[in-house]
Amino acid sequence: MTTTSLENTKPPARVRLGRFLGDYPVVPLILLLLIMVGVLETMRPGIVSTFWLQNTIKFSIPLAMLAACQMLTMLTGGIDLSAAIVATVAAFVVATVTPQYGATAGVLIALGAAALVGLVNGIGVGVARVHPLIMTLGTGLIATGCLQVYQRFVISSGSDIPNFLEWLGTGRTSFLPNGLYLFVPFALIILLGLKYTGFGRLLYAVGSNEHATKLSGVRSWQVFIALYLLTAVIAGITGLLYVGMIRVPSLSLANPLLLPSVAAAVIGGTSIFGGRGSYSGTIVGALILTVLGTLLTLLQMPEGARRILFGLIILAVTTLYVRFTTNR
Amino acid sequence: MRQLAQRHGWSAGLLVLLLLLLALTKFIQPSFGAVGLENLTRAALPFAFATAAMAVVVIVGGIDLSVASMMAACSVTVAVLMETLGGIPAILITLGVGATMGAVNGGLVVLTRVPDIVVTLAMLYVWEGTALLILNSPGGSMVGWMQSSIAGSFIIDGFPKALILTTICVAVLWVPIKRSKLGLSIYATGSDENAAFRSGVATGRTRVTAYALGGVFAAMGGISLAMLTGIGEPVAGPYLMASVAAVVLGGVVLGGGRGGLLGPIIAVFILRIVRTILTLAAVDPNVTTIVEGTIMVGVVMMGALLTMRGRKAT
Repeated sequence: MTTTSLENTKPPARVRLGRFLGDYPVVPLILLLLIMVGVLETMRPGIVSTFWLQNTIKFSIPLAMLAACQMLTMLTGGIDLSAAIVATVAAFVVATVTPQYGATAGVLIALGAAALVGLVNGIGVGVARVHPLIMTLGTGLIATGCLQVYQRFVISSGSDIPNFLEWLGTGRTSFLPNGLYLFVPFALIILLGLKYTGFGRLLYAVGSNEHATKLSGVRSWQVFIALYLLTAVIAGITGLLYVGMIRVPSLSLANPLLLPSVAAAVIGGTSIFGGRGSYSGTIVGALILTVLGTLLTLLQMPEGARRILFGLIILAVTTLYVRFTTNR
Repeated sequence: MRQLAQRHGWSAGLLVLLLLLLALTKFIQPSFGAVGLENLTRAALPFAFATAAMAVVVIVGGIDLSVASMMAACSVTVAVLMETLGGIPAILITLGVGATMGAVNGGLVVLTRVPDIVVTLAMLYVWEGTALLILNSPGGSMVGWMQSSIAGSFIIDGFPKALILTTICVAVLWVPIKRSKLGLSIYATGSDENAAFRSGVATGRTRVTAYALGGVFAAMGGISLAMLTGIGEPVAGPYLMASVAAVVLGGVVLGGGRGGLLGPIIAVFILRIVRTILTLAAVDPNVTTIVEGTIMVGVVMMGALLTMRGRKAT
């Protein structure tokens, strides 16, 4: 920590920049995104087209939605390592229930299964006070096992993906992907909900100082149960969208998205210790990761070098961010 | 005496549980003997080292998500070096590589002031990439005596070599450190970094050293992985989640400062033997994952409730 002077002088430019970035974390992230798109265009002129834009947005949506789970739990100082598995469970359940009982039942059962995991997480974290990392890791393991057992019972019945999910996942209106019909309202709810509802503010409050909120009469276990239920349902919806996009249900469908979703939330300026973060930053973080993926694919490099670069860039962005914003 | 019981209560409880489970195995499968025990400990070898690596880092107050990737990188390193250098030099170099990777993790955590979990998440990709650069597909080789060194029993039956190897490797490294000034600094930094810093502990250096120590354990894990299969495998195995589970089950508190290496390693064997029992009882192998998850969550919840009650009583 650098020492802040108590004298009433104008703070140096670096500190002022840090304050600005701390207040508007989205601005530098959007700049970074634009720079990366610029690099992409210079590397391969003509690649930035409506088709490219459509694909980038399409693949950012599930990542941004899973990152919402991470962002929301991080606001209270937690993390949701079961999110990707919950998404996979929802995707697999909807694809296997649909051929027998219809699409509506499929969606309801899938979201019910997701909510169940969320409820267990919430009880573990809120009531039994287990560390969120351990709790969600454990429920993730349990959910994976249940999914594998479940798969053996339905393996003969075949799978089918409801038409409207395929429409949502792969269709497009003019040049924009249909997934936006789901994502735009979702993002608005999260953005406005965090800002203007009591629950949204409670998340920030619990994350900043749980003891203080307890003294102000908040029953934090209720907040935790509601929060983990919410993130599990979000993860379930993500799974539904994702299976419509990929169109092949599998036992590890959304699992590779877990670590990137944590990275997207962190790049988006969410503090892993709680109390600070915004969904707008997280969305831009997900876009940055998707564009970065394209950028690295275009580079003529072995797969290993690509992964190294990916890791180093995540580290560099978060480091710069922490450097500037902790000067306050 | 009471202090001793308090300090080792958790480990002792785990040990009793392990013995009960062993007895249960013997009961289900009367033919379970030296060979079964030996297979069990051999399969547990990489898990034990991964858990030791994770435990040291958690004790100092961090967490290292890149443990499995470091193990993969070390397993390909040792398998490639083995072809040209022979056994001992390859192992020594790989241990050095592991220490360096751990030190880089720790150094970055200290320098950047980014939370441990984020730094090591990013480094997970870096080490994974490094492993792929060293060896793009499974390959390399191991010399014969290394593979035979973990097979079979030592002197008397029922005393598997793999178990002895685990014990020696962990004990030789950890016991002297734990008793030294460094060990005290590690526990001090883990329980309260500010207080430790103000009492004159070089917290930054301590954290880097703890991460490096974790790296050495990860290297041992990588080497044992190569010993088990005879080749180097660049794709990380399921060791990350398993090691976190065993560390927590072993009584090390996330956040640092409490616990040791004995508990987590006993926990590894408990988790492996549960797997064996379920296989022997002809339970669907998929149910095993459910049971493991339930044990982990259940034990941690119980621990949390017990400490809560203990606090109320005093």
